Amino acid sequence: MSVSQISVFLENRPGELAEITGLLAAQNIDLRALNIAETTDYGVIRLITNCNDEAARILNEAGFILFRNEVTAVAVPDQPGGLNRVLKLLAAAGIDIAYMYSIFSESKGKAFMIMKLSDSARAEALLEAAGLAGIVPGTDALVGKE
Amino acid sequence: MERYYQPEIECAAPEILRQMQNEKLAAQVRHVWDNVPYYRAKMEARGLTPDDIRTVDDLKKLPFLTKDDLRETYPDGLVAVPLRDCVRIQSTSGTTGKRVVGYYTQEDVDLWEECCARAITAAGGTNEDVVQVCYGYGLFTGGPGLHGGSHKVGSLTLPMSSGNTDRQLQFMVDLKATILCCTPSYAAYLAESIHERGLRDKICLKAGIFGAEAWSEEMRHDIEKSLGIKAYDIYGLTELSGPGVSFECSEQSGMHINEDHFYAEIIDPDTGEVLPEGTQGELVFTALDRKAFPLLRYRTRDICVLSREKCSCGRTHVKMKKPRGRSDDMLIIRGVNVFPSQIEAVLIEQGYQANYQIVVDRVNNSDTIDVLVEMTPENFSDSLAQITKQEKDLVGGLKSMLGIHVNVHLVAPKSLARSEGKAVRVIDKRKI
Ligand SMILES: [Zn+2]
Repeated sequence: MSVSQISVFLENRPGELAEITGLLAAQNIDLRALNIAETTDYGVIRLITNCNDEAARILNEAGFILFRNEVTAVAVPDQPGGLNRVLKLLAAAGIDIAYMYSIFSESKGKAFMIMKLSDSARAEALLEAAGLAGIVPGTDALVGKE
Repeated sequence: MERYYQPEIECAAPEILRQMQNEKLAAQVRHVWDNVPYYRAKMEARGLTPDDIRTVDDLKKLPFLTKDDLRETYPDGLVAVPLRDCVRIQSTSGTTGKRVVGYYTQEDVDLWEECCARAITAAGGTNEDVVQVCYGYGLFTGGPGLHGGSHKVGSLTLPMSSGNTDRQLQFMVDLKATILCCTPSYAAYLAESIHERGLRDKICLKAGIFGAEAWSEEMRHDIEKSLGIKAYDIYGLTELSGPGVSFECSEQSGMHINEDHFYAEIIDPDTGEVLPEGTQGELVFTALDRKAFPLLRYRTRDICVLSREKCSCGRTHVKMKKPRGRSDDMLIIRGVNVFPSQIEAVLIEQGYQANYQIVVDRVNNSDTIDVLVEMTPENFSDSLAQITKQEKDLVGGLKSMLGIHVNVHLVAPKSLARSEGKAVRVIDKRKI
């Protein structure tokens, strides 16, 4: 359930995000998840693709500044209170969530989310025991198991 | 071991040097009096004749020359020899009206090149060295000055001129350049390119002579570390010949002024009074030898300090600290003096590169200053909170350095124009 993520520095200029998605599309790289955190001047795009090594190489060559790290994929039960259950579990264990975002997914009955957690090893063990381990469908970036 | 190009002059006993300066000054004032009516009129207005100027202590009686005088006499009103005796001009890049044109006799060119030869020798250069000159050639003095100096030393000279980084790197590697001469910002850019292309182990550089723009100690440290070289500062201005008016020695703490050719004074920029040694003020030069363009008491607008403390390198010539800024570069923001070099020092200290742009504007009758800074891989992460914290630290660092609030904008890498000559770092939009 540990997943490799690429973060890209993005200046807030028209067309800047389209440049990134265009570069990836041109090489048939499939975006599995995307999230933007921004200020008025700039933003951090976090993305997960079907082939992160290739995506990182392309963006790096295009002159973007990248940061790569591991985040946690969580399976959120697709029912009322589903996310609440996950958050309560983490809060009870004293684990902080730095940020979270959802994954583009067609799987039925489950919503997958990406979370940056303060103590990822312990968090992942807890989530797995609770049957909440997630995956990012259609990636080779999956490190853990379903 | 310290090397000198002209040890008998560079290490002359102070009283011998002083004697030399007095004799040259008296002759130079006579030369100007006889040949430059513009300056003669200034002297006459003060009731002075050449007989009143016998030693450098009498200099303070003489009127100053400023950029305004150069403008008024443009192009050749201060030239002191017939044009048939001139062999060269060099010029600054300023727009019309601000452009300075300097004239040279062959003797003037030789003296200038000797000054540059002293600088190259002080940086360890010998006839065994390969000197890559990537200052601009042409009207700009950087290329021709170091080029001539390198010839005088007998080094193999690569007249690259500025720009074309691919070719620069290819020659640097293939011809085993050992000494690099360029602007510090271009040196930083080359260093970056060398690392990007994995050429660090293929270059043979041992020293760099970097000038023509302000740079900080931090930037020196970065370039030295990145290229594995010693980086030396060099100073000059077109009005006085070009680079080589002063240069750094092995001690790398201040630049020895070639004061057998250029006599330096520090004055209070407001009153014009000469200040005692060790006091910060405006640097004023008198060209003691130049025949074609002999400026007396020329106000450089550079703010700096002189020191006569004994130097470990053995040279006896007075040292000038790196100018704190050219008063032309100095920005006055809400009444506070701001030098781009101060901003640069904070940026480098906090892990950003020396590539930045300053935008000054006036909004609702109050000055604003914005600094655009390129994001670096070292300062980037997936955490927006961390990046905004670093941004706040940068604003804080600038505030404590400058005493005023600066708006910081992080921009994409390589989005600011890279300088292959002088960097355009300041955009002043104020209409006053
Ligand atoms: Zn010295």
